[in-house]
Amino acid sequence: MLWLLFFLVTAIHAELCQPDAENAFKVRLSIRTALGDKAYVWDTNEEYLFRAMVAFSMRKVPNRETTEISHVLLCNVTRRVSFWFVVTDPSKNHTLPAVEVQSAIRMNRNRINSAFFLNDQTLEFLKIPSTLAPPTDPAVPIWIIIFGVIFCIVIVAITLLVLSGIRQRRRKNKGPSEVDDAEDKCENTITIENGIPCDPLDTKGGHINDVFVTEDERLTPL
Amino acid sequence: MEKVRPQWGRQRQFVFACISYAVGLGNVWRFPYLCQLYGGSFLVPYLVMLFVEGMPLLYLELAVGQRMRQGSIGAWRTISPYFSGVGVASVVVSFFLSTYYNIINAWGFWYLFHSFQDPLPWSVCPLNGNHTGYDEECEQASSTQYFWYRKTLNISPSIQENGGVQWQPALCLTLAWLMVYLCILRGTESTGKVAYFTALLPYCVLTIYLVRGLTLHGATNGLVYMFTPKMEQLANPKAWINAATQIFFSLGLGFGSLIAFASYNEPSNNCQKHAVLVSLINSSTSIFASIVTFAIYGFKATFNYESCLNKVILLLTNSFDLEDGFLTASNLEQVKDYLASTNPSKYSQVFPLIQNCSLESELDTAVQGTGLAFIVYTEAIKNMEVSQLWSVLYFFMLLMLGMGSMLGNTAAILTPLTDSKVISSHLPKEAISGLVCLINCAIGMVFTTEAGNYWFDIFNDYAATLSLLLIVLVETVAVCYVYGLRRFENDLQAMTGRALHWYWKAMWACVSPLLIIVLFVFYLSDYILTGTLQYQAWDATQGQLVTKDYPTYALAAIGLLVASSTMCIPLVALGTFIMHRLKRGDTAPVA
Repeated sequence: MLWLLFFLVTAIHAELCQPDAENAFKVRLSIRTALGDKAYVWDTNEEYLFRAMVAFSMRKVPNRETTEISHVLLCNVTRRVSFWFVVTDPSKNHTLPAVEVQSAIRMNRNRINSAFFLNDQTLEFLKIPSTLAPPTDPAVPIWIIIFGVIFCIVIVAITLLVLSGIRQRRRKNKGPSEVDDAEDKCENTITIENGIPCDPLDTKGGHINDVFVTEDERLTPL
Repeated sequence: MEKVRPQWGRQRQFVFACISYAVGLGNVWRFPYLCQLYGGSFLVPYLVMLFVEGMPLLYLELAVGQRMRQGSIGAWRTISPYFSGVGVASVVVSFFLSTYYNIINAWGFWYLFHSFQDPLPWSVCPLNGNHTGYDEECEQASSTQYFWYRKTLNISPSIQENGGVQWQPALCLTLAWLMVYLCILRGTESTGKVAYFTALLPYCVLTIYLVRGLTLHGATNGLVYMFTPKMEQLANPKAWINAATQIFFSLGLGFGSLIAFASYNEPSNNCQKHAVLVSLINSSTSIFASIVTFAIYGFKATFNYESCLNKVILLLTNSFDLEDGFLTASNLEQVKDYLASTNPSKYSQVFPLIQNCSLESELDTAVQGTGLAFIVYTEAIKNMEVSQLWSVLYFFMLLMLGMGSMLGNTAAILTPLTDSKVISSHLPKEAISGLVCLINCAIGMVFTTEAGNYWFDIFNDYAATLSLLLIVLVETVAVCYVYGLRRFENDLQAMTGRALHWYWKAMWACVSPLLIIVLFVFYLSDYILTGTLQYQAWDATQGQLVTKDYPTYALAAIGLLVASSTMCIPLVALGTFIMHRLKRGDTAPVA
């Protein structure tokens, strides 16, 4: 009698958990891709942990706090590693609606992933889309900050160059007019320009340069 | 008091200015493309054209500039008053070039400023509206293409849909022009010093990239691919035409920039040595840059090939529930055959989804122009470690190259303007430079609209190509036959103290003009035979480029671009002729 009951229970369980059954989800793990050499073997203990995590997720849903590990059924485990699972209600006759299971898994996806050292790509729940991380947009885009800095530097450099150019030109304009005045004065008074008196340059018709001649006499006593 | 012509601070500033002008973006994004098309044997026609066409014409321009000591308009007017139209045409072409060239620098700035983020914005696709997946356009294309076409250009589906001026590229363009103004503000004094940076820094970055590129996984695949000579391409006339065109445009002949630079030289400067030096450096930079590019190509192709393989492996593993890690690249083919034989029905279901991964086809995707610089390179950079550093270095190099060329372009426009007594007596040279930059910036805003990239392609393809060939042809003919080759030879000897080698005389008088005529005829016939001109438009729904026809007004704009520069030559000649006739008519009764 007991054996009959056992077979009946497993038969019902087998019916509840089947590939493509109602409210069943397929899970796919890529342990070797994620962990390489540190990959662990998928055995019944890992399956127990998985069932515990699913039960934990379901217990967080209001009205489902009494979900036990035995309510989570796994079947069709392949070498891949992939399998199907369903969550049954306490009477073990019906499976919980897919929507509830889906929302529970989505809420606790991070916890489930980290229990197995995997991520959203290596621990896949087919038909449960993962929420993608929203982009972190700073208040002011970074490129505008850098642009502003370089823009200000360039404007300052241009202003400095233009101003110094204007100043140079003003000095050059004043320069030639000063030289003109000096040449006028030379004819009337003896003015010193660059240490050479203008007068000697003017007398003797410019043929003899006094400054040069005196040096010569000093040097060559023949 | 006579105004002294400004001169280069040191002779090497002139060399560096020429190098930074000649070594531009074309060396980085056009030459590797040609090597890819024609194989390693492309180097043969390239080097032949360098000696036959590049060096002689470069020497000619430098000699004319140094002898006449004026910008392009004045120089050609001195050679013969009927030929001052050549100078005017040069200035017009330079004006077009500087208008559209600086938008590349603006894009360079945009990418440079965006390189300071983690992760790089072109490495991930943005999420769609409800955060369940990625943006559709980005999924269809790739994240780098999406960033270029949507975020940078915000391109419209066709040239007719203009959109408005967009503030982000407009800001970057303004900054680019301010940077150019800063560099040319003081004339040769500032240009000479900036030329040190713009000439030397790209080589530093290229060397760093060479070292990094050669150590990347898969780089050797690209290098082997580049150096395998496709011997049959030597017989292909297109290879020779492309080599001649590449040398011609790469050296920047005909724009008047080289004449402008050389006009600030001392008359005794040995410009023959400099011409040979600059052209050799330009060509070796092209080869150097293409080694770097092919190392990067090899890395990118290998990366994509391995990703493709991994996707196929994942697909098969999931469909047949094989053990994870069982399928590798090495046993893929055997396992596929095994699966096909043991599970034929399921295999035939999966088979259409299996992509054919081929390293050859990845390497074969030849790209040139902005696509290479902003899409292919960024795709390779995003997969390197510390990608922000490589990205900043790369775009900094692009900016240096672009700025160096802009210095030459603006010098070609400014030198004739500052030479003319009418303009320079009323305005100081800072104001003239400022005005030129302002006008160019205002017109350049066209390229920041949504259809801006299509107009950029129009300018890039048509503004300079035919006109330059004609300009340089007329230049050579004017110097050799109108001014007289012997007279020019005597001038050069008196100026530099060295006799002119017979090689240059032979090239100038016969070979180079013939070559240019061949190129000219080829291009004209190509344009006439292709009938309607077409362009590549970005289709956002498909995520790829589609070919469309130009509307009539775009064709009219193309015609106007070509005509406005080429017509200068005959029109000015005609005008001078008429004025001479009138003057002779006035003086005749008196005599």
